[in-house]
Amino acid sequence: MAEVNAGDGGGGGRHKKKRAKKLSTRIDMTPMVDLGFLLLTFFMLTTTFSQPKVIELTPPVKTHDSTKIQDTLALTLILGKSDTVYYYNGKLNLTLDSNNVTTTTFSDDGLRKLVLSRNQYVLNSIKELQKQHDANKIPDSAYSRLLDKAEGNKYARFVIIKTDTNTKYINVIMTLDEMTICDVGKYSLINESDDDLKMIEDYKQKHKK
Amino acid sequence: MPKIKLPRNSPSIDMTPMVDLAFLLVTFFMLTTKFRPEEPVKVVIPFSVSSLKIPENVTTISIDSAGRVFFDMDGKDVRPRVLQSVMEKYKQTVSAEDLSRFAVMGTFGVPINQVKQYIETDDEHRKAMSNASAGIPMDTLHNNNQLADWVSAALSYSMDDYTTKVVKNPTMKPPHFAIKADGRAKYKIVKQVIDICQKFNIQHFELITSLKSMPKP
Repeated sequence: MAEVNAGDGGGGGRHKKKRAKKLSTRIDMTPMVDLGFLLLTFFMLTTTFSQPKVIELTPPVKTHDSTKIQDTLALTLILGKSDTVYYYNGKLNLTLDSNNVTTTTFSDDGLRKLVLSRNQYVLNSIKELQKQHDANKIPDSAYSRLLDKAEGNKYARFVIIKTDTNTKYINVIMTLDEMTICDVGKYSLINESDDDLKMIEDYKQKHKK
Repeated sequence: MPKIKLPRNSPSIDMTPMVDLAFLLVTFFMLTTKFRPEEPVKVVIPFSVSSLKIPENVTTISIDSAGRVFFDMDGKDVRPRVLQSVMEKYKQTVSAEDLSRFAVMGTFGVPINQVKQYIETDDEHRKAMSNASAGIPMDTLHNNNQLADWVSAALSYSMDDYTTKVVKNPTMKPPHFAIKADGRAKYKIVKQVIDICQKFNIQHFELITSLKSMPKP
């Protein structure tokens, strides 16, 4: 019977010692580099560092006693349907024969200019504070507190932002943004009243082309 | 004339430092990348000058341009509990596997009777389901305010989670509620969502926007 001796490879009879071939210790790193850069490219392209930002909003809680504000200090903005803002100062005049509301747009010359001009009192005091701060007369800690105080001053304008059923969300954000840009410290976001609607209709009737 | 012999350099250069650098960068990007599950809807968020960062531990209510409402929240270990409690309320069954799949799922916007199917299907079908659905119902008239149930469950469980974890980890942030609405959406819908949240005494909202630069005065 034939047998295969598999285990007898030790070869006692051979004189030549089998020597491992001396291999270079350097290995070809090209494929690894390829892979490395491939992954690098992938992660670099898929990573977005920009985290979205947020506007903080603390809407008023529904209570029965609402805050009374002085009429003369109020500026009411009504965000209309197609990027128009209707506004009036103080209390709404309900007589139908005069221009009670005026319109403006969401532009630098429109809403920005309007709010800036109405908020002049606060802006002036902020400017004054800034001057003193630049001249190192006020420490940093007091500065931010004083800024808040200036924005919340009792002579500061109060902006009432009214929205209706057709107001677009972007317009609300734009208006809130204007409040930040123009340093308006006191504003609130509420629904419009029937009187407001009536006046807007009246305005539209008069300005029909 | 004899030719000038240039010393023959080996054309292979030592690539070790380059590889080191490449893998260092790979490691960096791998660790900093957080894979976001694909959003079922496209929400174009408006720009604002606000530079506040979005906080951690946040429940996000998305509103798309058509006014459909979608829900998402952070917290892998809170999400299953929220799902279970809402499903129980509507007498829907949910398996352990569903719960673990829900833990890593992204934004969703289907009514409660489709939630189980939505969890179990694949990405493509999820997209189709989201497109076909009208968002999470928040109908107050027919006592079908499912959004309110999601919000209330999210609030109570993430609050629980926060109070137990904050002892060990004092830097942890309390749960927040963010609204990610499309600029073209009607404010009316946003207001409705805010009103629902206010019923559960959530007073503070984060409106998600992308940054634009402050205009020069």
